[in-house]
Amino acid sequence: MNSPRLSASGIDVVRGGRPVLHGVFIDLSPGWTAIVGPNGAGKSTLLRVLVGLQPAERGTVALEGRALSHWRAAERARRIAWLAQQGEAGGELTARDVVMLGRLPHLGLFASPGVADRAAVQRAMAATECEGWADRRLHELSGGERQRVLLARALAVEAPVLLLDEPTTHLDPPHQVAVVRLLQRLGAEGRTVVSVLHDLPLALRADRVVVMAGGRVQAHGSHDDADVHDNMVRVFGGAIRIARAGTTWMVVPQ
Amino acid sequence: MLVLLAAALVLAGLAAGSEGWSPSAAWALVGSPDGPLIVGQIRAPRTLGAWLVGALFGLAGAIAQGLFRNPLADPFLLGSASGASLGVVLVLGGSVLTGHAIGLATADAVSRLGLVGAAFLGALGGVSLTVALARGAQHTVRLLLSGVIVGVVLGAASDMVTTLAPDALRGKQAFLVGSTGFLGWGSCGVLLAGLVVAGPVAWRLARALDALTLGEDSAASLGLSLTRVRVVLIVALALATGLAVSQAGLVAFVGLAAPHLVRRFAPCTHGYLVLASAGMGGALLLAADVLARSLLAPQELPVGVLTAVLGGCYLLWLLHRRQFA
Repeated sequence: MNSPRLSASGIDVVRGGRPVLHGVFIDLSPGWTAIVGPNGAGKSTLLRVLVGLQPAERGTVALEGRALSHWRAAERARRIAWLAQQGEAGGELTARDVVMLGRLPHLGLFASPGVADRAAVQRAMAATECEGWADRRLHELSGGERQRVLLARALAVEAPVLLLDEPTTHLDPPHQVAVVRLLQRLGAEGRTVVSVLHDLPLALRADRVVVMAGGRVQAHGSHDDADVHDNMVRVFGGAIRIARAGTTWMVVPQ
Repeated sequence: MLVLLAAALVLAGLAAGSEGWSPSAAWALVGSPDGPLIVGQIRAPRTLGAWLVGALFGLAGAIAQGLFRNPLADPFLLGSASGASLGVVLVLGGSVLTGHAIGLATADAVSRLGLVGAAFLGALGGVSLTVALARGAQHTVRLLLSGVIVGVVLGAASDMVTTLAPDALRGKQAFLVGSTGFLGWGSCGVLLAGLVVAGPVAWRLARALDALTLGEDSAASLGLSLTRVRVVLIVALALATGLAVSQAGLVAFVGLAAPHLVRRFAPCTHGYLVLASAGMGGALLLAADVLARSLLAPQELPVGVLTAVLGGCYLLWLLHRRQFA
Protein backbone atom coordinates (compact mmCIF):
# COMPACT_ATOMS: atom_id res chain seq x y z
CA MET A 1 0.00 0.00 0.00
CA ASN A 2 1.29 3.52 -0.80
CA SER A 3 1.86 5.67 2.26
CA PRO A 4 -1.31 7.69 2.56
CA ARG A 5 -0.58 11.16 3.78
CA LEU A 6 -2.79 14.09 4.60
CA SER A 7 -1.50 17.60 5.20
CA ALA A 8 -2.95 21.02 5.88
CA SER A 9 -1.03 24.23 5.18
CA GLY A 10 -1.94 27.64 6.57
CA ILE A 11 -5.60 26.85 7.18
CA ASP A 12 -7.77 29.77 8.32
CA VAL A 13 -11.47 29.24 9.01
CA VAL A 14 -13.87 31.99 10.09
CA ARG A 15 -17.38 31.12 11.27
CA GLY A 16 -20.00 33.72 12.18
CA GLY A 17 -17.34 36.43 11.96
CA ARG A 18 -15.23 34.61 14.57
CA PRO A 19 -11.93 32.96 13.62
CA VAL A 20 -12.11 29.24 14.39
CA LEU A 21 -8.78 28.11 12.92
CA HIS A 22 -5.68 30.31 12.49
CA GLY A 23 -2.86 29.33 10.18
CA VAL A 24 -2.98 25.63 10.98
CA PHE A 25 -0.13 23.57 9.55
CA ILE A 26 -0.28 19.85 10.16
CA ASP A 27 1.25 16.81 8.52
CA LEU A 28 -0.43 13.47 9.14
CA SER A 29 1.53 10.32 8.42
CA PRO A 30 0.54 6.65 8.76
CA GLY A 31 -0.14 5.69 12.36
CA TRP A 32 -2.63 6.87 14.94
CA THR A 33 -2.73 10.59 15.80
CA ALA A 34 -4.99 11.87 18.59
CA ILE A 35 -6.12 15.51 18.65
CA VAL A 36 -6.83 16.95 22.10
CA GLY A 37 -7.73 20.35 23.44
CA PRO A 38 -10.38 22.24 25.39
CA ASN A 39 -13.87 22.89 24.03
CA GLY A 40 -13.87 25.36 21.14
CA ALA A 41 -10.22 24.67 20.29
CA GLY A 42 -11.14 23.95 16.65
CA LYS A 43 -10.52 20.16 16.72
CA SER A 44 -13.74 19.10 14.97
CA THR A 45 -13.48 21.99 12.51
CA LEU A 46 -9.97 20.87 11.58
CA LEU A 47 -11.27 17.35 10.93
CA ARG A 48 -14.07 18.77 8.74
CA VAL A 49 -11.54 20.82 6.79
CA LEU A 50 -9.37 17.73 6.30
CA VAL A 51 -12.29 15.72 4.88
CA GLY A 52 -13.41 18.61 2.63
CA LEU A 53 -16.70 19.40 4.39
CA GLN A 54 -15.61 22.80 5.70
CA PRO A 55 -14.19 25.28 3.20
CA ALA A 56 -11.19 27.24 4.45
CA GLU A 57 -10.80 31.00 3.96
CA ARG A 58 -7.10 30.46 3.36
CA GLY A 59 -4.75 27.53 3.03
CA THR A 60 -4.84 24.16 1.32
CA VAL A 61 -5.34 20.52 2.24
CA ALA A 62 -3.41 17.90 0.28
CA LEU A 63 -4.18 14.20 0.12
CA GLU A 64 -1.30 12.06 -1.10
CA GLY A 65 0.40 15.23 -2.28
CA ARG A 66 -2.55 16.41 -4.40
CA ALA A 67 -4.86 19.27 -3.41
CA LEU A 68 -8.08 17.88 -1.94
CA SER A 69 -10.16 20.01 -4.32
CA HIS A 70 -8.55 18.23 -7.27
CA TRP A 71 -9.91 14.85 -6.22
CA ARG A 72 -13.24 13.63 -7.54
CA ALA A 73 -15.76 13.30 -4.69
CA ALA A 74 -16.07 9.51 -4.99
CA GLU A 75 -12.30 9.01 -5.24
CA ARG A 76 -11.78 11.16 -2.18
CA ALA A 77 -14.50 9.30 -0.30
CA ARG A 78 -12.75 5.99 -1.03
CA ARG A 79 -9.55 7.37 0.54
CA ILE A 80 -10.89 9.32 3.51
CA ALA A 81 -13.54 7.93 5.87
CA TRP A 82 -15.08 10.35 8.38
CA LEU A 83 -17.04 9.67 11.54
CA ALA A 84 -19.16 12.60 12.70
CA GLN A 85 -19.16 13.88 16.26
CA GLN A 86 -22.21 12.49 18.08
CA GLY A 87 -23.73 11.25 14.82
CA GLU A 88 -27.20 12.58 14.09
CA ALA A 89 -28.02 9.25 12.48
CA GLY A 90 -31.40 7.76 13.21
CA GLY A 91 -34.15 6.36 11.12
CA GLU A 92 -35.40 2.99 10.15
CA LEU A 93 -32.30 1.38 8.66
CA THR A 94 -30.93 -1.71 10.36
CA ALA A 95 -27.40 -1.68 11.75
CA ARG A 96 -26.22 -3.84 8.84
CA ASP A 97 -27.78 -1.46 6.27
CA VAL A 98 -26.04 1.47 7.98
CA VAL A 99 -22.65 -0.25 7.89
CA MET A 100 -23.24 -1.15 4.23
CA LEU A 101 -23.50 2.60 3.51
CA GLY A 102 -19.74 2.63 4.09
CA ARG A 103 -19.44 0.81 0.75
CA LEU A 104 -21.22 3.64 -1.09
CA PRO A 105 -17.96 5.28 -2.28
CA HIS A 106 -17.04 1.96 -3.92
CA LEU A 107 -20.50 1.04 -5.24
CA GLY A 108 -21.93 4.42 -6.23
CA LEU A 109 -25.69 4.82 -6.22
CA PHE A 110 -26.52 2.10 -8.68
CA ALA A 111 -24.29 -0.98 -8.27
CA SER A 112 -25.41 -3.84 -6.04
CA PRO A 113 -23.18 -4.95 -3.15
CA GLY A 114 -21.04 -7.96 -4.01
CA VAL A 115 -19.21 -10.60 -2.00
CA ALA A 116 -16.28 -8.23 -1.30
CA ASP A 117 -18.65 -5.54 0.02
CA ARG A 118 -20.46 -7.97 2.29
CA ALA A 119 -17.11 -9.27 3.56
CA ALA A 120 -15.95 -5.69 4.30
CA VAL A 121 -19.17 -5.04 6.23
CA GLN A 122 -18.69 -8.27 8.17
CA ARG A 123 -15.09 -7.35 9.06
CA ALA A 124 -16.09 -3.86 10.17
CA MET A 125 -18.94 -5.14 12.35
CA ALA A 126 -16.67 -7.78 13.89
CA ALA A 127 -14.03 -5.11 14.63
CA THR A 128 -16.49 -3.04 16.68
CA GLU A 129 -18.39 -6.06 18.02
CA CYS A 130 -21.78 -5.02 16.72
CA GLU A 131 -22.81 -8.13 14.77
CA GLY A 132 -25.17 -9.05 17.63
CA TRP A 133 -27.70 -6.40 16.63
CA ALA A 134 -27.11 -6.37 12.89
CA ASP A 135 -30.82 -6.69 12.16
CA ARG A 136 -32.07 -4.13 14.68
CA ARG A 137 -33.05 -0.63 13.60
CA LEU A 138 -30.58 2.10 14.46
CA HIS A 139 -33.09 4.11 16.48
CA GLU A 140 -33.75 1.09 18.70
CA LEU A 141 -30.10 0.91 19.87
CA SER A 142 -28.52 2.51 22.93
CA GLY A 143 -26.05 5.38 22.46
CA GLY A 144 -23.04 3.08 22.86
CA GLU A 145 -24.42 0.41 20.53
CA ARG A 146 -25.22 3.05 17.93
CA GLN A 147 -21.73 4.53 18.21
CA ARG A 148 -20.18 1.12 17.51
CA VAL A 149 -22.40 0.73 14.43
CA LEU A 150 -21.42 4.19 13.15
CA LEU A 151 -17.75 3.43 13.78
CA ALA A 152 -18.19 0.18 11.82
CA ARG A 153 -19.76 2.26 9.02
CA ALA A 154 -16.59 4.37 8.85
CA LEU A 155 -14.37 1.25 8.96
CA ALA A 156 -16.38 -0.42 6.18
CA VAL A 157 -15.08 2.19 3.71
CA GLU A 158 -11.66 0.52 4.20
CA ALA A 159 -10.07 3.87 3.42
CA PRO A 160 -6.35 4.48 4.01
CA VAL A 161 -7.23 7.63 5.98
CA LEU A 162 -9.70 7.53 8.88
CA LEU A 163 -10.86 10.78 10.53
CA LEU A 164 -12.86 10.02 13.67
CA ASP A 165 -14.52 12.72 15.75
CA GLU A 166 -14.87 11.41 19.29
CA PRO A 167 -15.13 7.71 18.40
CA THR A 168 -15.36 6.63 22.05
CA THR A 169 -18.40 8.80 22.89
CA HIS A 170 -21.12 6.84 24.76
CA LEU A 171 -18.90 3.74 25.04
CA ASP A 172 -18.37 1.93 28.32
CA PRO A 173 -14.73 1.60 29.54
CA PRO A 174 -14.11 -1.93 28.13
CA HIS A 175 -15.32 -0.84 24.70
CA GLN A 176 -13.32 2.41 24.89
CA VAL A 177 -10.21 0.29 25.41
CA ALA A 178 -11.28 -2.02 22.57
CA VAL A 179 -11.56 1.00 20.25
CA VAL A 180 -8.10 2.21 21.34
CA ARG A 181 -6.61 -1.19 20.51
CA LEU A 182 -8.41 -1.14 17.17
CA LEU A 183 -7.02 2.31 16.32
CA GLN A 184 -3.51 1.21 17.38
CA ARG A 185 -3.83 -1.86 15.15
CA LEU A 186 -5.08 0.18 12.17
CA GLY A 187 -2.21 2.63 12.65
CA ALA A 188 0.30 -0.23 12.83
CA GLU A 189 -1.14 -1.62 9.57
CA GLY A 190 -0.15 1.62 7.82
CA ARG A 191 -3.44 3.53 7.89
CA THR A 192 -3.49 7.19 8.80
CA VAL A 193 -5.92 7.34 11.72
CA VAL A 194 -6.77 10.74 13.21
CA SER A 195 -9.16 10.94 16.14
CA VAL A 196 -10.43 13.79 18.25
CA LEU A 197 -10.57 12.57 21.84
CA HIS A 198 -11.72 14.18 25.06
CA ASP A 199 -10.46 11.28 27.14
CA LEU A 200 -6.84 12.34 27.69
CA PRO A 201 -5.48 9.02 29.06
CA LEU A 202 -6.82 7.28 25.95
CA ALA A 203 -5.32 10.00 23.72
CA LEU A 204 -1.89 9.43 25.29
CA ARG A 205 -1.96 5.87 23.96
CA ALA A 206 -1.88 7.17 20.37
CA ASP A 207 1.37 7.18 18.36
CA ARG A 208 1.29 10.96 18.13
CA VAL A 209 -0.67 13.69 19.88
CA VAL A 210 -1.72 17.08 18.52
CA VAL A 211 -2.59 19.68 21.16
CA MET A 212 -4.92 22.47 20.02
CA ALA A 213 -6.23 25.63 21.67
CA GLY A 214 -7.69 28.87 20.34
CA GLY A 215 -7.82 27.54 16.78
CA ARG A 216 -4.06 26.89 16.65
CA VAL A 217 -1.87 23.81 16.90
CA GLN A 218 0.08 24.28 20.14
CA ALA A 219 2.14 21.10 19.98
CA HIS A 220 2.46 17.99 17.81
CA GLY A 221 4.65 15.06 18.73
CA SER A 222 4.99 11.61 20.20
CA HIS A 223 2.82 10.68 23.16
CA ASP A 224 6.06 10.59 25.20
CA ASP A 225 7.08 14.09 24.15
CA ALA A 226 7.56 16.40 27.14
CA ASP A 227 6.59 19.45 25.06
CA VAL A 228 3.28 17.78 24.21
CA HIS A 229 2.65 17.05 27.89
CA ASP A 230 3.53 20.60 28.94
CA ASN A 231 1.17 22.05 26.35
CA MET A 232 -1.62 19.68 27.39
CA VAL A 233 -1.29 20.88 30.98
CA ARG A 234 -1.15 24.50 29.82
CA VAL A 235 -4.19 24.44 27.47
CA PHE A 236 -6.31 22.85 30.21
CA GLY A 237 -5.35 25.70 32.54
CA GLY A 238 -3.10 23.57 34.74
CA ALA A 239 -6.09 21.56 35.90
CA ILE A 240 -4.40 18.24 35.04
CA ARG A 241 -1.12 16.48 35.80
CA ILE A 242 0.47 13.85 33.55
CA ALA A 243 2.40 11.03 35.18
CA ARG A 244 3.91 7.80 33.94
CA ALA A 245 2.32 4.59 35.23
CA GLY A 246 4.39 1.66 33.99
CA THR A 247 4.34 1.71 30.20
CA THR A 248 1.42 4.13 29.92
CA TRP A 249 0.66 7.70 30.89
CA MET A 250 -1.90 8.73 33.47
CA VAL A 251 -3.74 12.04 33.50
CA VAL A 252 -4.97 13.08 36.90
CA PRO A 253 -6.89 16.20 37.89
CA GLN A 254 -5.21 18.53 40.32
CA MET B 1 -49.42 -8.66 0.20
CA LEU B 2 -49.87 -5.16 -1.23
CA VAL B 3 -50.61 -6.69 -4.64
CA LEU B 4 -53.31 -8.95 -3.14
CA LEU B 5 -54.73 -6.00 -1.22
CA ALA B 6 -54.79 -3.87 -4.37
CA ALA B 7 -56.49 -6.68 -6.33
CA ALA B 8 -59.19 -7.08 -3.66
CA LEU B 9 -59.75 -3.33 -3.52
CA VAL B 10 -59.94 -3.07 -7.31
CA LEU B 11 -62.73 -5.67 -7.27
CA ALA B 12 -64.46 -3.73 -4.48
CA GLY B 13 -64.02 -0.52 -6.47
CA LEU B 14 -65.56 -2.07 -9.58
CA ALA B 15 -68.49 -3.31 -7.49
CA ALA B 16 -69.14 0.04 -5.77
CA GLY B 17 -71.70 2.19 -7.54
CA SER B 18 -73.99 5.08 -6.80
CA GLU B 19 -76.04 2.83 -4.53
CA GLY B 20 -72.95 1.97 -2.50
CA TRP B 21 -70.98 -1.23 -2.27
CA SER B 22 -73.17 -4.18 -3.00
CA PRO B 23 -72.03 -7.56 -4.43
CA SER B 24 -75.59 -8.44 -5.48
CA ALA B 25 -76.02 -5.15 -7.38
CA ALA B 26 -72.62 -5.70 -8.96
CA TRP B 27 -73.63 -9.22 -10.01
CA ALA B 28 -76.90 -7.87 -11.48
CA LEU B 29 -74.86 -5.27 -13.39
CA VAL B 30 -72.80 -8.04 -15.04
CA GLY B 31 -75.90 -9.31 -16.83
CA SER B 32 -77.36 -5.90 -17.70
CA PRO B 33 -76.85 -4.22 -21.10
CA ASP B 34 -75.42 -1.09 -19.42
CA GLY B 35 -72.88 -3.15 -17.47
CA PRO B 36 -69.89 -2.84 -19.84
CA LEU B 37 -70.45 0.89 -20.24
CA ILE B 38 -70.82 1.60 -16.50
CA VAL B 39 -67.91 -0.60 -15.49
CA GLY B 40 -65.68 0.11 -18.50
CA GLN B 41 -66.17 3.88 -18.76
CA ILE B 42 -66.95 4.96 -15.21
CA ARG B 43 -65.97 2.54 -12.45
CA ALA B 44 -62.81 1.02 -13.99
CA PRO B 45 -61.05 4.33 -14.77
CA ARG B 46 -62.14 5.77 -11.44
CA THR B 47 -60.83 2.71 -9.57
CA LEU B 48 -57.53 2.59 -11.44
CA GLY B 49 -57.22 6.38 -11.25
CA ALA B 50 -57.78 6.36 -7.48
CA TRP B 51 -55.04 3.74 -7.09
CA LEU B 52 -52.66 5.75 -9.28
CA VAL B 53 -53.34 9.03 -7.44
CA GLY B 54 -52.74 7.27 -4.11
CA ALA B 55 -49.58 5.63 -5.47
CA LEU B 56 -48.20 9.01 -6.59
CA PHE B 57 -48.98 10.55 -3.19
CA GLY B 58 -47.41 7.57 -1.39
CA LEU B 59 -44.29 7.80 -3.55
CA ALA B 60 -44.06 11.56 -3.04
CA GLY B 61 -44.50 11.10 0.72
CA ALA B 62 -41.64 8.59 0.90
CA ILE B 63 -39.40 10.96 -1.10
CA ALA B 64 -40.32 13.96 1.07
CA GLN B 65 -39.76 12.11 4.36
CA GLY B 66 -36.41 10.76 3.15
CA LEU B 67 -35.28 14.04 1.64
CA PHE B 68 -36.15 16.13 4.69
CA ARG B 69 -35.28 13.38 7.19
CA ASN B 70 -38.55 14.06 8.90
CA PRO B 71 -41.29 11.47 9.42
CA LEU B 72 -43.87 14.28 9.48
CA ALA B 73 -42.88 15.64 6.07
CA ASP B 74 -45.64 15.39 3.50
CA PRO B 75 -45.68 15.86 -0.27
CA PHE B 76 -47.33 19.30 0.00
CA LEU B 77 -44.43 20.72 2.00
CA LEU B 78 -42.72 22.51 -0.86
CA GLY B 79 -45.62 24.68 -1.94
CA SER B 80 -47.17 22.29 -4.46
CA ALA B 81 -50.59 22.31 -2.77
CA SER B 82 -50.89 26.09 -2.53
CA GLY B 83 -49.48 26.45 -6.07
CA ALA B 84 -52.03 23.99 -7.50
CA SER B 85 -54.80 25.66 -5.56
CA LEU B 86 -53.82 29.09 -6.91
CA GLY B 87 -53.65 27.71 -10.45
CA VAL B 88 -57.20 26.35 -10.20
CA VAL B 89 -58.52 29.52 -8.59
CA LEU B 90 -56.92 31.69 -11.29
CA VAL B 91 -58.63 29.67 -14.05
CA LEU B 92 -61.97 29.60 -12.23
CA GLY B 93 -61.75 33.27 -11.25
CA GLY B 94 -60.64 34.27 -14.74
CA SER B 95 -63.53 32.40 -16.29
CA VAL B 96 -65.98 34.11 -13.91
CA LEU B 97 -64.57 37.58 -14.58
CA THR B 98 -64.62 37.07 -18.35
CA GLY B 99 -68.20 35.78 -18.24
CA HIS B 100 -67.39 32.19 -19.24
CA ALA B 101 -67.96 30.49 -15.90
CA ILE B 102 -66.74 26.91 -15.59
CA GLY B 103 -66.80 24.49 -12.68
CA LEU B 104 -64.78 21.49 -11.56
CA ALA B 105 -67.49 19.12 -12.73
CA THR B 106 -67.69 20.70 -16.14
CA ALA B 107 -68.18 18.29 -19.02
CA ASP B 108 -66.35 20.60 -21.39
CA ALA B 109 -63.08 18.81 -22.11
CA VAL B 110 -61.20 22.03 -22.89
CA SER B 111 -62.27 23.66 -19.62
CA ARG B 112 -61.41 20.49 -17.70
CA LEU B 113 -58.03 20.31 -19.38
CA GLY B 114 -57.50 23.95 -18.49
CA LEU B 115 -58.17 23.26 -14.81
CA VAL B 116 -55.97 20.18 -14.75
CA GLY B 117 -53.19 22.03 -16.55
CA ALA B 118 -53.50 25.01 -14.21
CA ALA B 119 -53.30 22.77 -11.14
CA PHE B 120 -50.27 20.94 -12.51
CA LEU B 121 -48.46 24.09 -13.56
CA GLY B 122 -49.42 25.73 -10.28
CA ALA B 123 -47.94 22.81 -8.30
CA LEU B 124 -44.72 22.91 -10.30
CA GLY B 125 -44.65 26.70 -10.00
CA GLY B 126 -45.09 26.51 -6.22
CA VAL B 127 -42.19 24.04 -5.88
CA SER B 128 -39.99 26.09 -8.26
CA LEU B 129 -40.68 29.24 -6.26
CA THR B 130 -39.78 27.42 -3.04
CA VAL B 131 -36.49 26.17 -4.49
CA ALA B 132 -35.72 29.64 -5.90
CA LEU B 133 -36.42 31.32 -2.54
CA ALA B 134 -34.23 28.76 -0.79
CA ARG B 135 -31.48 29.71 -3.28
CA GLY B 136 -31.17 26.12 -4.46
CA ALA B 137 -31.54 22.75 -2.86
CA GLN B 138 -28.41 22.72 -0.71
CA HIS B 139 -30.03 23.45 2.65
CA THR B 140 -32.91 21.39 4.00
CA VAL B 141 -34.02 23.87 6.66
CA ARG B 142 -34.00 26.76 4.18
CA LEU B 143 -36.12 24.65 1.80
CA LEU B 144 -38.64 23.83 4.53
CA LEU B 145 -38.94 27.47 5.61
CA SER B 146 -39.31 28.63 2.02
CA GLY B 147 -42.04 26.00 1.52
CA VAL B 148 -43.95 27.40 4.50
CA ILE B 149 -43.60 30.99 3.22
CA VAL B 150 -44.67 30.04 -0.32
CA GLY B 151 -47.67 28.16 1.13
CA VAL B 152 -48.82 31.21 3.08
CA VAL B 153 -48.23 33.74 0.28
CA LEU B 154 -49.85 31.65 -2.49
CA GLY B 155 -52.74 30.83 -0.14
CA ALA B 156 -53.26 34.57 0.40
CA ALA B 157 -53.12 35.14 -3.38
CA SER B 158 -55.86 32.49 -3.82
CA ASP B 159 -57.97 34.25 -1.22
CA MET B 160 -57.48 37.56 -3.04
CA VAL B 161 -58.72 36.04 -6.32
CA THR B 162 -61.77 34.52 -4.64
CA THR B 163 -62.52 37.89 -3.02
CA LEU B 164 -62.58 39.49 -6.48
CA ALA B 165 -64.50 36.60 -8.05
CA PRO B 166 -66.58 34.99 -5.25
CA ASP B 167 -68.10 32.42 -7.65
CA ALA B 168 -64.71 30.79 -7.92
CA LEU B 169 -64.83 29.97 -4.21
CA ARG B 170 -67.12 26.98 -4.69
CA GLY B 171 -64.90 25.49 -7.33
CA LYS B 172 -61.87 26.07 -5.14
CA GLN B 173 -63.59 24.35 -2.23
CA ALA B 174 -64.48 21.34 -4.38
CA PHE B 175 -60.85 21.20 -5.43
CA LEU B 176 -59.52 21.54 -1.90
CA VAL B 177 -61.52 18.62 -0.47
CA GLY B 178 -60.20 16.20 -3.11
CA SER B 179 -62.28 13.93 -5.29
CA THR B 180 -61.84 10.91 -7.52
CA GLY B 181 -65.17 11.53 -9.24
CA PHE B 182 -63.68 13.16 -12.34
CA LEU B 183 -61.12 10.46 -13.16
CA GLY B 184 -61.43 9.00 -16.65
CA TRP B 185 -59.17 6.93 -18.87
CA GLY B 186 -57.35 10.07 -19.99
CA SER B 187 -56.51 10.86 -16.37
CA CYS B 188 -55.30 7.29 -15.85
CA GLY B 189 -52.91 7.63 -18.79
CA VAL B 190 -51.44 10.86 -17.44
CA LEU B 191 -51.13 9.48 -13.90
CA LEU B 192 -49.54 6.24 -15.11
CA ALA B 193 -46.99 8.19 -17.15
CA GLY B 194 -46.10 10.20 -14.02
CA LEU B 195 -45.68 7.05 -11.95
CA VAL B 196 -43.56 5.38 -14.63
CA VAL B 197 -41.20 8.39 -14.65
CA ALA B 198 -41.09 9.37 -10.94
CA GLY B 199 -41.11 5.82 -9.50
CA PRO B 200 -37.89 4.52 -11.11
CA VAL B 201 -36.10 7.85 -10.50
CA ALA B 202 -36.89 7.68 -6.77
CA TRP B 203 -35.95 4.00 -6.62
CA ARG B 204 -32.62 4.60 -8.34
CA LEU B 205 -31.74 7.40 -5.91
CA ALA B 206 -32.99 5.55 -2.85
CA ARG B 207 -29.48 4.77 -1.64
CA ALA B 208 -28.82 8.51 -1.37
CA LEU B 209 -31.89 8.78 0.87
CA ASP B 210 -30.44 5.94 2.97
CA ALA B 211 -27.16 7.87 3.25
CA LEU B 212 -29.03 11.02 4.29
CA THR B 213 -30.27 9.21 7.41
CA LEU B 214 -26.66 9.52 8.66
CA GLY B 215 -26.86 13.32 8.38
CA GLU B 216 -26.04 15.62 5.48
CA ASP B 217 -22.32 15.87 6.24
CA SER B 218 -21.87 12.12 6.58
CA ALA B 219 -23.74 11.60 3.31
CA ALA B 220 -21.51 14.18 1.60
CA SER B 221 -18.39 12.50 3.03
CA LEU B 222 -19.46 9.32 1.22
CA GLY B 223 -18.89 11.07 -2.10
CA LEU B 224 -22.52 11.95 -2.89
CA SER B 225 -23.37 15.11 -4.77
CA LEU B 226 -26.22 16.09 -2.47
CA THR B 227 -27.30 19.12 -4.49
CA ARG B 228 -27.73 17.07 -7.66
CA VAL B 229 -29.55 14.29 -5.80
CA ARG B 230 -31.86 16.83 -4.13
CA VAL B 231 -32.70 18.59 -7.39
CA VAL B 232 -33.62 15.32 -9.14
CA LEU B 233 -35.68 14.09 -6.19
CA ILE B 234 -37.49 17.45 -5.86
CA VAL B 235 -38.38 17.29 -9.56
CA ALA B 236 -39.72 13.74 -9.07
CA LEU B 237 -41.62 14.91 -5.96
CA ALA B 238 -43.10 17.90 -7.81
CA LEU B 239 -44.07 15.76 -10.80
CA ALA B 240 -45.79 13.11 -8.66
CA THR B 241 -47.58 15.64 -6.46
CA GLY B 242 -48.47 18.01 -9.31
CA LEU B 243 -50.01 15.24 -11.41
CA ALA B 244 -51.93 13.69 -8.51
CA VAL B 245 -53.25 17.06 -7.31
CA SER B 246 -54.21 18.14 -10.82
CA GLN B 247 -56.34 15.02 -11.28
CA ALA B 248 -57.88 14.55 -7.84
CA GLY B 249 -57.34 17.74 -5.83
CA LEU B 250 -55.78 18.00 -2.41
CA VAL B 251 -56.19 14.53 -0.96
CA ALA B 252 -54.83 14.79 2.57
CA PHE B 253 -52.71 12.41 4.65
CA VAL B 254 -52.20 9.62 2.07
CA GLY B 255 -48.67 10.80 1.32
CA LEU B 256 -47.95 11.19 5.01
CA ALA B 257 -49.46 7.94 6.27
CA ALA B 258 -48.42 5.48 3.51
CA PRO B 259 -44.67 5.44 4.34
CA HIS B 260 -45.49 5.13 8.06
CA LEU B 261 -47.66 2.11 7.45
CA VAL B 262 -44.94 0.48 5.33
CA ARG B 263 -42.33 1.02 8.05
CA ARG B 264 -44.56 -0.65 10.60
CA PHE B 265 -44.30 -3.96 8.75
CA ALA B 266 -40.51 -4.30 8.57
CA PRO B 267 -37.23 -2.39 8.79
CA CYS B 268 -36.52 -1.24 5.30
CA THR B 269 -34.16 0.69 3.08
CA HIS B 270 -35.54 3.51 0.96
CA GLY B 271 -35.36 1.31 -2.15
CA TYR B 272 -38.10 -0.84 -0.70
CA LEU B 273 -39.81 2.07 1.06
CA VAL B 274 -40.45 4.19 -2.05
CA LEU B 275 -41.94 1.29 -4.00
CA ALA B 276 -43.99 -0.13 -1.11
CA SER B 277 -45.22 3.37 -0.16
CA ALA B 278 -46.55 3.78 -3.69
CA GLY B 279 -48.40 0.45 -3.34
CA MET B 280 -49.64 1.36 0.13
CA GLY B 281 -50.75 4.84 -1.00
CA GLY B 282 -52.69 3.30 -3.88
CA ALA B 283 -54.38 0.80 -1.56
CA LEU B 284 -55.21 3.51 0.99
CA LEU B 285 -56.84 5.86 -1.50
CA LEU B 286 -58.69 3.04 -3.23
CA ALA B 287 -60.05 1.81 0.11
CA ALA B 288 -61.02 5.38 1.05
CA ASP B 289 -62.72 5.82 -2.33
CA VAL B 290 -64.81 2.64 -1.90
CA LEU B 291 -65.74 3.78 1.61
CA ALA B 292 -66.56 7.30 0.40
CA ARG B 293 -68.97 5.83 -2.15
CA SER B 294 -70.52 3.36 0.30
CA LEU B 295 -70.83 5.01 3.71
CA LEU B 296 -73.72 7.41 2.93
CA ALA B 297 -74.90 5.88 -0.38
CA PRO B 298 -76.45 7.08 -2.58
CA GLN B 299 -74.76 10.27 -1.39
CA GLU B 300 -71.02 10.31 -1.95
CA LEU B 301 -68.51 11.72 0.52
CA PRO B 302 -65.55 13.67 -0.89
CA VAL B 303 -62.69 11.19 -0.60
CA GLY B 304 -60.35 13.93 0.65
CA VAL B 305 -62.58 14.48 3.68
CA LEU B 306 -62.49 10.78 4.48
CA THR B 307 -58.70 10.49 4.11
CA ALA B 308 -58.28 13.58 6.29
CA VAL B 309 -60.43 12.10 9.07
CA LEU B 310 -58.97 8.57 8.90
CA GLY B 311 -55.39 9.74 8.32
CA GLY B 312 -55.63 12.28 11.11
CA CYS B 313 -56.91 9.63 13.54
CA TYR B 314 -54.12 7.25 12.51
CA LEU B 315 -51.41 9.86 13.01
CA LEU B 316 -52.84 10.86 16.38
CA TRP B 317 -52.73 7.21 17.40
CA LEU B 318 -49.14 6.99 16.18
CA LEU B 319 -48.22 10.06 18.20
CA HIS B 320 -49.93 8.58 21.20
CA ARG B 321 -47.81 5.43 20.88
CA ARG B 322 -44.69 7.62 20.52
CA GLN B 323 -43.84 6.12 17.19
CA PHE B 324 -42.20 9.36 16.12
CA ALA B 325 -39.68 9.27 18.97
